[in-house]
Amino acid sequence: MPDRVPDAVNQEQMRVGLFATCLVDLIRPRVGFAAAKLLEDAGCIVEVPSQTCCGQPAFNAGDRNTARALAKQAIETFETYRYVVLPSGSCAGQVVVHYSELFAGDAIWEPRARALAAKTFELTVFLHDVLRVAPAARYDGAVTYHDSCSGLRELGIRQQPRKLLAAVEGLSLIEMKDADVCCGFGGTFCVKYPDVSNKIVTKKTANIAATGAGTLLAGDLGCLMNMAGKLSREGSPVKVRHVAEVLAGMGEEPAIGEPER
Amino acid sequence: MTQPVNSPQFNARAKRALEDVSLQKALSRFETGFIERRRAAVARLPEYDALRDSARDLKDHILGHLDLYLEAYEKNVTASGGHVHFAATAEEANEIILGICRRLDAKTVAKGKSMISEETGLNEYLEANGIHPVETDLGEYIIQLRGETPSHLISPALHVTREQVEADFRRVHTDLPPGRNLDEPASLLAEARAMLRDTFLKVDVGITGANFLVAETGSSIIVTNEGNGDLTQTLAKAHVVISSIEKVVPTLEDATLFLRLLARSGSGTELTAYTTFSTGPRRPGDPDGPEEYHVVLLDNGRSGMLGGSFQEMLRCIRCSACLNHCPVFHAVGGHTYGWVYSGPMGAVLTPSLVGVEKGGKLPNASTFCGRCEEVCPVRIPLPKLMRNWREREFERHLQPATARYGLGLWAAFARRPALYRFASSMAMRVLGWFGGKGRLPALPFTGGWTRHRDFPAPQGKTFQALWNKRKAAR
Repeated sequence: MPDRVPDAVNQEQMRVGLFATCLVDLIRPRVGFAAAKLLEDAGCIVEVPSQTCCGQPAFNAGDRNTARALAKQAIETFETYRYVVLPSGSCAGQVVVHYSELFAGDAIWEPRARALAAKTFELTVFLHDVLRVAPAARYDGAVTYHDSCSGLRELGIRQQPRKLLAAVEGLSLIEMKDADVCCGFGGTFCVKYPDVSNKIVTKKTANIAATGAGTLLAGDLGCLMNMAGKLSREGSPVKVRHVAEVLAGMGEEPAIGEPER
Repeated sequence: MTQPVNSPQFNARAKRALEDVSLQKALSRFETGFIERRRAAVARLPEYDALRDSARDLKDHILGHLDLYLEAYEKNVTASGGHVHFAATAEEANEIILGICRRLDAKTVAKGKSMISEETGLNEYLEANGIHPVETDLGEYIIQLRGETPSHLISPALHVTREQVEADFRRVHTDLPPGRNLDEPASLLAEARAMLRDTFLKVDVGITGANFLVAETGSSIIVTNEGNGDLTQTLAKAHVVISSIEKVVPTLEDATLFLRLLARSGSGTELTAYTTFSTGPRRPGDPDGPEEYHVVLLDNGRSGMLGGSFQEMLRCIRCSACLNHCPVFHAVGGHTYGWVYSGPMGAVLTPSLVGVEKGGKLPNASTFCGRCEEVCPVRIPLPKLMRNWREREFERHLQPATARYGLGLWAAFARRPALYRFASSMAMRVLGWFGGKGRLPALPFTGGWTRHRDFPAPQGKTFQALWNKRKAAR
């Protein structure tokens, strides 16, 4: 869409730092490329600065010092961009909601955390609410969508991914029962309380199966890996993908847990 | 602390709960009812969210001036002919109540539902001192027969199936015809009512809890659905209210604000069947009522929460909405939490009252899904408070070494971007090789994950490595 970026000034205005998140970086780079494609198609200049973790695991484990150190690192890395975009509601929530909590009362870092929070967005929110673009993609078949908890309750993400999916040709969305109920991932919760987590994800996979949809989508790779791992163990044929992959027209590539070709 | 604390055994108790077929049946029956009824009740009240804001602000105001409101409350209870007894500990509260019972030569006492009496272990204490307490709330009556404790704030016998209640009644009510029909919940209720009628008429002391204490009038308020609380407190010689210090509200009008939120949030009804106000003993000319009126106000660690990181927890009005919406509570039920309070509110309150050494497992047993905060009528930031407890644990090295060092190792890499890029590239390449089929059914050190799930294999190269390669090629 070249008309969106008529000159160099606008190009600078649309310079986006892509914060890929650990799980995307390590497990599923495809989501990072899907996010980059969606942003570039909408006229953004996408950059991926050298990055690690937003600090959420440390923050939720009660290790504030590590959480602060990683937050400072991320602030320094990303504060020069016009926008920062993450393909994850929970990591975006960490930056948008919790960084300023971590530095409450700190004369230097609290303002920097707030400034970063103000220009940081989860991917579907950025596409739908900020860029106001509709994806040009095709995906044949029925999908169901799981609302990841942090994105839903910390950032209010519910309509944005659904609106974007509605524009995908050939795709129909079948809502599952309790789409807004936790899948049992919860970060380290799923390995610290494996039996409880298993009970919760078992209810989720039953709700997924009941829709009859062939594909499960969500916006957070942690939740997706949890549900994909359970579906795979149950022998389910449901394919699991990050919503960005479908929006970017990458729905033909191997789903989560499928062998690379 | 009279009630024993089994919270450190959360994991073992959770495993037992998950394997308990009858409990799982009871939990699955309960899971959706409260949620749907609350949703409908809230939808019928457009000002619901505004009321929540008012309730939060009012509670914060009360907690900031708790001493003043407690003094005013005590003054007005005394003026109406009653007595207020302040108890710093559970033991003190029990001793005060035993003293009243002994003075009145009470052998049997009727009890309305009270979580504070669970906190003090009042029933066991009275039994040990030769006094027989009879629970008069149907749910509490059932669990007393079973020798159990409540598993839910407002639905204490939630963990029991109808079939189990029938078996308990047949076991205990041996005077009744063995062939009687107990197939319907209504017939069970009728039988319990009949058994309890006699108790109400012969007891000397009636003990109830209190949902709210009104400073301006010295009144206590209980909300019930069976009317048992009214009989408990009206027919006995003495009415003893056992409650805790944070339940005081300034005025009757303030109480109505909380009453509008309480039943809607918990049982999902506009009001409970009975809302009973009691102020002092029987006055000359009153047709009925107790001759004595006592209020035992328990502190048990609450005053220590004032002004600290966990003060917001003292806003809680015990509606049970957070339990009703918690996926962990749905999976394992209330008894798994190992002490009086369960679900998200229990996960924050328990370490406050029994110490983080004993209660610290509970705030860890949360996915931080945030549904509890979303439904809390007084907007307690429950996930934040659970995280505060994890921070206390972390500072004091109370977490398991594996979790601590696992995350520590991760942090050591994450704080060094160059090292992180190198190590993660190597590790993912290795995992990618092993994951040729796309999924890994077992991996070293990941038993918690792979016991129940496959591990989706990584693509093999990191995003940053691939991105930089693409950039170089352009």
